[in-house]
Amino acid sequence: MYEILEKKVMSEIVKLMEIKAPLVAKKAKAGQFIILRIDERGERIPLTIADYDRKKGTITVIFMEVGKTTKQLGTMNVGDKLLNFAGPLGVASEIENYGTVVCIGGGVGIAPLYPIVRELKKAGNYVISILGARNEKLLMLEKEIEEYSDELHICTDDGSKGTKGFVSNVLQQLIDDGKKIKIVWAIGPVIMMKVVADLTRKYNLKTIVSLNPIMVDGTGMCGGCRVSVSGETKFACVDGPEFDGHLVDFNNLMLRNRRFTHEEEESCNLYGVKL
Amino acid sequence: MAVRKTKYEMPEQPPKERIKNFKEVPYGYDKETAIKEAKRCLQCKNKPCMEGCPVEIDIPGFIGCIAEGDFDKAAEIIKSKNSLPAVSGRVCPYEGQCEGKCTLLKIGEPVGIGRLERFIADYEREKGVKPPKKVKSTGKKVAVVGSGPAGLTCAGDLAKRGHGVTVFEALHAPGGVLMYGIPEFRLPKAIVNAEVDYIKKLGVDVKYDVIVGKTITVEELLEEYDAAFIGTGAGLPRWLRIPGENLDGVYSANEFLTRVNMMKAYRFPEYDTPVKIGKIVATFGAGNVAMDCARTSLRLGAEKSYIIYRRSDVEMPARDEEIEHAREEGVIFKLLTNPVKFIGDDKGLLKEVECIKMKLGEPDDSGRRRPIPIPDSEETIKIDTALVAIGQSPNPLIPQTVKNLKIGKWGNIETDEDGRTNIPNIFAGGDIATGAATVILAMGAGKRAARAIDKYLKSKK
Ligand SMILES: Cc1cc2nc3c(=O)[nH]c(=O)nc-3n(C[C@H](O)[C@H](O)[C@H](O)COP(=O)(O)OP(=O)(O)OC[C@H]3O[C@@H](n4cnc5c(N)ncnc54)[C@H](O)[C@@H]3O)c2cc1C
Ligand SMILES: Cc1cc2nc3c(=O)[nH]c(=O)nc-3n(C[C@H](O)[C@H](O)[C@H](O)COP(=O)(O)OP(=O)(O)OC[C@H]3O[C@@H](n4cnc5c(N)ncnc54)[C@H](O)[C@@H]3O)c2cc1C
Ligand code: SF4
Ligand code: SF4
Ligand code: FES
Repeated sequence: MYEILEKKVMSEIVKLMEIKAPLVAKKAKAGQFIILRIDERGERIPLTIADYDRKKGTITVIFMEVGKTTKQLGTMNVGDKLLNFAGPLGVASEIENYGTVVCIGGGVGIAPLYPIVRELKKAGNYVISILGARNEKLLMLEKEIEEYSDELHICTDDGSKGTKGFVSNVLQQLIDDGKKIKIVWAIGPVIMMKVVADLTRKYNLKTIVSLNPIMVDGTGMCGGCRVSVSGETKFACVDGPEFDGHLVDFNNLMLRNRRFTHEEEESCNLYGVKL
Repeated sequence: MAVRKTKYEMPEQPPKERIKNFKEVPYGYDKETAIKEAKRCLQCKNKPCMEGCPVEIDIPGFIGCIAEGDFDKAAEIIKSKNSLPAVSGRVCPYEGQCEGKCTLLKIGEPVGIGRLERFIADYEREKGVKPPKKVKSTGKKVAVVGSGPAGLTCAGDLAKRGHGVTVFEALHAPGGVLMYGIPEFRLPKAIVNAEVDYIKKLGVDVKYDVIVGKTITVEELLEEYDAAFIGTGAGLPRWLRIPGENLDGVYSANEFLTRVNMMKAYRFPEYDTPVKIGKIVATFGAGNVAMDCARTSLRLGAEKSYIIYRRSDVEMPARDEEIEHAREEGVIFKLLTNPVKFIGDDKGLLKEVECIKMKLGEPDDSGRRRPIPIPDSEETIKIDTALVAIGQSPNPLIPQTVKNLKIGKWGNIETDEDGRTNIPNIFAGGDIATGAATVILAMGAGKRAARAIDKYLKSKK
C-alpha cells in the first residue's frame, strides 16, 4: 500500500499528491511516469512523475480530474492509501546542455513539464518556458517553473491571464524574433502538441512531445498504448512516452484515445459524477 | 476383464448455457468416476506415460492410489513433483504429452491423466491443503523475477530446500499468463490464487508493482540476493503488420484478455476497466490464445465470433479440447484465410477486414506446409473487433538491462538445460528462455533451475 503524505488543491479540478513509494523515488527521472490503482476494482492509470524526493522516498503527481478514476483519486486525503503504485516507467527525457531550449506546457501537461524544465536548467540551458491553458484557473506551477526559467511566457485562450491566444503563437513570435532555439519540448493536449509540431517542422526545429495513449499494464505487454511514429508501431509505455513530434501520427493517437468514451461516461455516471 | 476403450465422460456446462457466463466449463470428475477412470490404467512396468511429462510425475503411482481410493497419497505423489497440479490438470496439452504416450492408445483413448490430476488437486484444495513442513533455513537468499508458472515453481522448490525466496512481480497480481491471459472459464482465478497461497505458505514472499529493470535492476538485486531466477515470460505481442492495424477496434490478444481477465472488464462497470467488442469479432491465429479470445468474445455478447487462420485445421496449434469447445460454442472457423488489410470508416472505427484465400504448399522450417495466397481470391468480411493472436515474443526488458547477459536470436535469454545463463548467479527459464511455450514446460524449467540454483548455492558454501 502506498500512503498519500500530502495533498494540494491546485485548482477546482487539478490536484497534487505526494505519495510514499521509496523504490520508485530512488529511480525516478524527469520524463517518466507511474501507474497506479486505487483499489481492488480500480483501473490502472498512468500519471507523470511531476517531482520526486529520494530522501523522503516520495513521488509527486499532479492530475486533472477528467473521469471516474481521477475524480475518485481527487476525493482521497492525506493518510489514505493506494493499492498499487508501479514505476518509474518509460524512458527518461534526454537532458543535456543544448543551449537555448523552449519548454511548452499546456493545461495538465504543465505538471510533467516541470521536472524537465528544472533538469534542463540544471544542465546549463537557457530555458524559455511557455505555459498555456484555457483560462487562468487551469494554469499551475507558474512560480515553480519560473524559478528554473530564464524567460516565462503565459497565455490563455480567453485572455484571463497573460496574452490571449495559444502557446504556438508565442513560439512563432520567439522564432520571428530570431531566438536561436535548439530544441523544443511540448507537453499538453494532443491537439496542442500537433499544432506545435506542425509549426516547428517548417523550421526543422527538433520537438519532443510526451504522448498519453490509453494504457493498461505499462510494461510493454498489452500493446494498447501503441502509437505510430514515422510509420512504425511503438509502445508509448516502453519506447516513450517522449517521441520526436515531427514523426508522430497525432490523428491516430486522438482516434485511439476516444476508444472507450462511451464506457468512461457510463463509469462516471455510476460513480455519480458528470464527465 | 476387458478395459473400457474410452475415457469416462467429464460432465460439462452445456454450450448454450456456458457462452452466457464465465464459469468453468468442465465440472471435473466425482469420486466414483475418478476411481473408475483410474482403474483403466494398466500400471505398465515401463511407465511410457511418464516420459511424456515434463515434470516427471509418477503417473502410474498416483493413479494407482486413486484406484484404491487413497486420494491423500495420490496428492502427495503429485505434489512432490508439481506444485501447481490444479493448473496443469486443466491446461496441460496432455494429448501430446503424458496421454500421448499411454499404452491404452493402442486400443482406444488413453487414461484421462489430466482429468485425474485435476481431480486430486481439487480434492486436496477443497479439503484444505496441509500446511507444508517448515524446513531449516540455509541463510541463502534468491530473487525470483516474474510470478508466472516458471517463477512460482522455482520459488516453491527453492523454499522447500530452505532458501529464502522473494518473488518480484511487475503487475499487481501473481500468476503471469495464468492470471492475465487464460480466461476464468478455463482456469478459475480462485484456483490460481490458492496455488499461489500454497507457495506463500512455503515461506515465499511475493512483492508486486516491481518492474525489474526499471524499479530495481537485476544487478542491484544481486547485491542483496545470492542468486536470481528470471521468469519474465514471452509477453510481447506480435502484430500482423498489415494496414489499418492501429484502427479503433483492433486489439492485441494480450490487451483484450488482460482487460477481461486481470482487470475483470467482463464485470464492468462494477469493475472500472472497460472493454468493447461490438457484434462481430474476428480473432486471427489458431493457438490456445486465439481460442481463448474467440470464446471470450461470445461470452461478452458477440453474435458472431470468427477464427481466421492461414493454414488448415490439422496445423492449428491449440489443444484439441480448446478447439472442440470453441466449435461446440459456435465459433466460426475460417481456415486457409489470411488478412491483408483492416478497413475503417471515416472516423477511424474498424469496419471490415480484407482477406485472401490460401492453399498449402511445401513444408517450411517448422515442418508445417507453407500457406500460399491464391491470386484474386480476396474477400471482405464485416467485423467490429479484431483480436490479433498470432504469438508473443520474449519480454525485452531484462535482456536489454542486464549487462553481458547472453541473448539468443529471438531476444530470448540463452540458458543450458538447467537454466544456467552465461552469468554464474543468474538463472532463467520458461517462456523468456524458450519463447512462448506451455505452462508445464515453464514449470519444468523452474524446477530444474531450482535444482541448479540449490547446487550453485551449496558450492558457494
Ligand atoms: C504516460 C502518461 C502520463 C500521464 N500523465 C498525466 C498527468 O501527469 N496528469 C494527468 O492529469 N493526466 C495524465 N495522463 C492522463 C491520465 O492517465 C488520464 O487522464 C486518466 O487515465 C483518466 O482516467 P479516468 O478514469 O479519470 O478517466 P476516463 O474515464 O478514463 O476518461 C475521461 C476522459 O479523459 C480522456 N482520457 C482517458 N485516458 C486518457 C489519457 N491517457 N490521456 C488523455 N486523456 C485521456 C477520455 O477520452 C475521456 O474524455 C497521463 C497519461 C499517460 C499515458
Ligand atoms: C491466452 C493464453 C492461453 C494459454 N493457454 C495455454 C494452455 O492452455 N496450456 C498451456 O500449457 N499453455 C498455455 N499458454 C502458454 C503459457 O501460459 C505460457 O507458456 C506460460 O505461462 C509461461 O510461463 P512463464 O512463467 O515463463 O511466463 P509468464 O506466465 O508469462 O509469466 C511471466 C511473469 O513475469 C512478469 N514480468 C515480466 N517482466 C517482468 C519484470 N521486468 N519484472 C517483474 N516481473 C516481470 C509478468 O508480469 C508475468 O507475471 C497460454 C498463453 C496465453 C497467453
Ligand atoms: S503435468 Fe501435464 S504432462 Fe504431467 S502428468 Fe500432469 S497433465 Fe500430464
Ligand atoms: S501408459 Fe497409460 S496405462 Fe500405462 S501406466 Fe501410464 S497411464 Fe497407465
Ligand atoms: S500499456 Fe500495455 S504495452 Fe504499453
